[in-house]
Amino acid sequence: MALIDLANPTRFLALASRVLPWLAAVTAIVFAYGLYRVAYAPDDYQQGATVKIMFLHVPSAWLAMMGWGLMTVAALGTLVWRHPLADVAVKAAAPIGAAFTFICLVTGSLWGRPMWGTYWVWDARLTSVLVLFLLYLGMLALYWTADDPNRAARAAAILALVGAVNIPIIKFSVDWWNTLHQPASVVRMDGPAIDPTILVPLLVMALAFTLLFFTLHIAAMRNEILRRRVRSMRMMQAANA
Amino acid sequence: MTAFTSLILRDMRLSVRVGGGALMGALFYFVVVSMIPFAIGPDLNLLARIGPAMLWIGALLSTLLALDRLFASDHDDGSLDLLTMSSLPLELTVAAKAIAHWLTTALPLVIITPVLGLMLNIELSAMGYVALTLLAGTPSLTFIGLIGAALSVTLRRGGLLMAILVLPLTVPVLIFGVAAANAAIVGPAPFGPPFTILCALSLASFVLGPFAAAAALRQGQE
Amino acid sequence: MKTDRMQLICDSLACERGGRQVFAGVNFTVSAGEAMVVTGRNGAGKSTLLRVIAGLLRAAQGQVTLTGLAGAADEASLPEQAHYLGHLDAAKPSLTVRENLTFWADFLGASGDPAIDTALEAVELDTLADLPAAYLSAGQKRRLSIARLLAVKRPVWLLDEPTSALDAPSQARLTSFMCEHLAGGGFIVAATHGPIGLDAPRELRMGAAG
Repeated sequence: MALIDLANPTRFLALASRVLPWLAAVTAIVFAYGLYRVAYAPDDYQQGATVKIMFLHVPSAWLAMMGWGLMTVAALGTLVWRHPLADVAVKAAAPIGAAFTFICLVTGSLWGRPMWGTYWVWDARLTSVLVLFLLYLGMLALYWTADDPNRAARAAAILALVGAVNIPIIKFSVDWWNTLHQPASVVRMDGPAIDPTILVPLLVMALAFTLLFFTLHIAAMRNEILRRRVRSMRMMQAANA
Repeated sequence: MTAFTSLILRDMRLSVRVGGGALMGALFYFVVVSMIPFAIGPDLNLLARIGPAMLWIGALLSTLLALDRLFASDHDDGSLDLLTMSSLPLELTVAAKAIAHWLTTALPLVIITPVLGLMLNIELSAMGYVALTLLAGTPSLTFIGLIGAALSVTLRRGGLLMAILVLPLTVPVLIFGVAAANAAIVGPAPFGPPFTILCALSLASFVLGPFAAAAALRQGQE
Repeated sequence: MKTDRMQLICDSLACERGGRQVFAGVNFTVSAGEAMVVTGRNGAGKSTLLRVIAGLLRAAQGQVTLTGLAGAADEASLPEQAHYLGHLDAAKPSLTVRENLTFWADFLGASGDPAIDTALEAVELDTLADLPAAYLSAGQKRRLSIARLLAVKRPVWLLDEPTSALDAPSQARLTSFMCEHLAGGGFIVAATHGPIGLDAPRELRMGAAG
């Protein structure tokens, strides 16, 4: 690795350690405000307090998709510009994206329980998110099994791009599959037009979740850079012994 | 520490390190079972009826496919030579590897079964029984698959060949596993008899599997 | 250990692989404290001979026995009394150096407390003990294999090209390990192309007789 390549992660580390405390603080404040607004948001006339699960469910669904979007952009960085930070960004985003996708599935399932009478139905939206979750798991499995981060980087980048191309097709197919088997959808999750008393807390929570995502992502990137440095230092130790 | 436990611990440690296969079996199981509704449709009543069968097919495939490299990786790096040069009989050596493999691959699969059960609309009360049949039946799959894993070293071919050789041998386990699970969910046949036979099959495979696998490995030395 | 009566006897040994005879009529006797070097051109069956002695390949004819061992000494127990150092180092890349050695010491049955740290120091891997074996070079992995011979005491050492991948200082250390082993009443059978530093070992030429 040339010195010029090391320069960038080094500058990133310095920047990250300056930015992270502030970002974490802002995240905490926005979360506190968001939760306060959620607590005082009115209950739905049909669903009661259950509707408040939405304030977790919708932002995590948004981040599940944004996570893959971020990985796609970073994957381009790996394949086209071979930027040393790009692969770190892909690797750091995968478990966070998977975690938000998981939260989305769990909250969706909990939300569905009082409405459907069961924890899971193969509803088009939830099923699409499930497939996204499977894609994330595949990405994680790829990183688990690869012992050399550089070789894993290119494979992961290709997988991220293939996934990005495929996700709209999967979404379309799942919708088609679902309407084929279940012509009438009984319950729609998004409901009618959203009232500002709901919309404002929802947007605040979405902002809080997004901030949380980036806080975690930058921290994870920092950890990954340090992990790689430890690895190369240990390899040097073995070579010099 | 005895040779037997040290081998179990080594294989478990290897499976949770980089490049190890722990959780891969459970992951494969999760993916395979979630794919099936796309083929047969999202009808919850239908899914609940065939749920146990799908869970069992998923467990069968993931247990067997995960066994593929059990001996091959030790063969490739020379460890298998040394494993045969111990005072520990080869039968116990392969049994130790099978136990470690079951603990790291099949047990996580049994643990995530209730989650998949929810997705297949299986009643929570019945879910415990389905998981119990997998808990009792997967050791049998691992120990029968052990024979295939040993043969794939001898024949220097893995993957599909192993599945072709071993899958027919697992038919009894599949029959009684699904029968017990169905009995627990829909009845009317009692849960006891098929479950007892399933346990018997597992116990029999504890004996048969290691002897056959050790014999296969010895033949491979020719 | 009443080593002075121990003998490694190889009686009209023959081996076939894939229907082809690799060697036949190999006879030798090695006494405790003796080393024998197996030489011969490529394909003469040096490695095969070592693997037959180690019990890793079946002999088509003849047998190898270790006699005079305290307790039951028969053909089957020879592999349990022998160390085999082959071309492969049997090191798992994801385990650390110490974990690799500790496992083999436990598994191969070191009596009492296995001298892991002493063995690692002897092959100068003690500073790398906590690194994954994946980071080791070929020579370092070979030294890890040699540490196994030191950590677990077994009378018979079967060494296949033991000096390959080793630099000059490591070769010298290996020689001193071998001398100590012989002085303690051990046996060494080594297949080699070049000198391994022992003075006046017995020599078995493979392939010469036909």
